[in-house]
Amino acid sequence: MADKLKFAFYWNASCGGCEVAVLDINEKILDVAAIADILLWPVAVDFKKHHIEVLPDKHIDVSFMNGGIRTSEQKEMAELLRRKSKTIVAFGACAYLGGIPSLANFHNREAIFQRAYIETPSTDNPGGVFPQVKTHVPEGEVELPLFFNHVYRLDQVIPVDYFLPGCPPTPAMVAAAVTAIADGNLPPAGTVFGGPSTVCDSCKRVKQEKKVKGFHRIHEIIPDPERCMLEQGIVCAGSATRDGCGTRCLNANMPCRGCFGPADGVADQGAKLLSTLSTVVDSNDLREIEKMIDQIVDPAGYLYRFGTASSLLKHKLASEEKSAHPATGRSQLEVAK
Amino acid sequence: MSFEPKIIGFLCNWCAYTAADLAGISRLKYPDNIRIIRVMCTGRIEPSFVLKAFASGADGVLVAGCHPGGCHYQEGNYKAYKRTLLLKKLLPQFGIASERFRLEFIASSEGEKFARVVGEMVGQLKILGPLQTAAVRIAELDGLFGEAEGGTGGGR
Ligand code: FES
Repeated sequence: MADKLKFAFYWNASCGGCEVAVLDINEKILDVAAIADILLWPVAVDFKKHHIEVLPDKHIDVSFMNGGIRTSEQKEMAELLRRKSKTIVAFGACAYLGGIPSLANFHNREAIFQRAYIETPSTDNPGGVFPQVKTHVPEGEVELPLFFNHVYRLDQVIPVDYFLPGCPPTPAMVAAAVTAIADGNLPPAGTVFGGPSTVCDSCKRVKQEKKVKGFHRIHEIIPDPERCMLEQGIVCAGSATRDGCGTRCLNANMPCRGCFGPADGVADQGAKLLSTLSTVVDSNDLREIEKMIDQIVDPAGYLYRFGTASSLLKHKLASEEKSAHPATGRSQLEVAK
Repeated sequence: MSFEPKIIGFLCNWCAYTAADLAGISRLKYPDNIRIIRVMCTGRIEPSFVLKAFASGADGVLVAGCHPGGCHYQEGNYKAYKRTLLLKKLLPQFGIASERFRLEFIASSEGEKFARVVGEMVGQLKILGPLQTAAVRIAELDGLFGEAEGGTGGGR
């Protein structure tokens, strides 16, 4: 077939789950193979970078890239595929938002290396050796990619045409995107495949009054499978998160973690969730409020689990600020009591 | 030149803003480092406003409204209080000292309190020094980012 589409799949800073998600479309993968030639897919086929380098520009119809950008090698591959492709699809939460790897933006390179190569209990590194971009060995000079300080979303490094959210994207979405591409039926550039509203909107659980007297972590209780998670005091990101996932986590009696990213019009998914969480606190007693808010451990981890690279603040300060007063924030509130 | 911190102040129309007005009418002296944004109620202030202020170059953010029990919309200031506590847990996770963000209850008659709070904040912020914007921070880390800052879409 002369006019078969040409696809590429590539992975950057990701866990490999997105690769499995592609295979999760099951027998539809054969339809993909029927409509498209796969020119690059490190996890499944044996083409290499130099095979791509020799292609004419814009030769590939669609490149699906998962993972954030953490190293110079990933940046280079992203730029190469951008040159060689008509369309780039950011595939999954990491490419779209930074994903779980971008939680590392709460640390800098030094701290990460220190942890990974010195402190971890299973590490034996008496020489204190860290990865180097260039190393001299008897045979000559060997190179490693540069490990950036920051994990970037794909579209902070190259222009991206479409976004497929999810950790990982659901098989139905993958199939829908591939079908849209095959039929030449593409939405406007910049479109995020996924629902138009929030996970809460699609969630079938019974919702009554959003008021709680305390928060629980998910391992501390067994949630009622019929009732709204938030109303049971469980941090659920549904109100701040785009729908389209089919509420699969909630169906499995787990709260939404927010992997589809912010719903349309939300500037910062974490800020939105922060707002929801504070608003459900059912008390007008300042001390009681403090106690309840204290039950939310590690807010940054809840709020930006999949999108630190997309948060308004993006990265921790290089050197953490020391509070001028240890009793931060409390002193002025004492006055009010 | 000494560092002059920039403070964004979100003041509720009914209490804190009136107090700021009173401070002016009473010719109280206080530092001019604050840029005031009047909102109808502190309950209107979304957490993203605060984060956006910090991300775009504010060195400090002040939210000020009616005393507990005195909000003209009943509960707005309690909402603000709840959000403030959680924001004050979040900011240090980004390495930002929590004093940079302050919530105060200031009644319309408390012009002096308003002037004092601004003065205190300016003092603290001078000790802490300037806060880099998110874009500058990232650019300094790897020399990347720059033109790609906004990204190409995707509703973020
Ligand atoms: S009206 Fe002043 S805080 Fe609500």
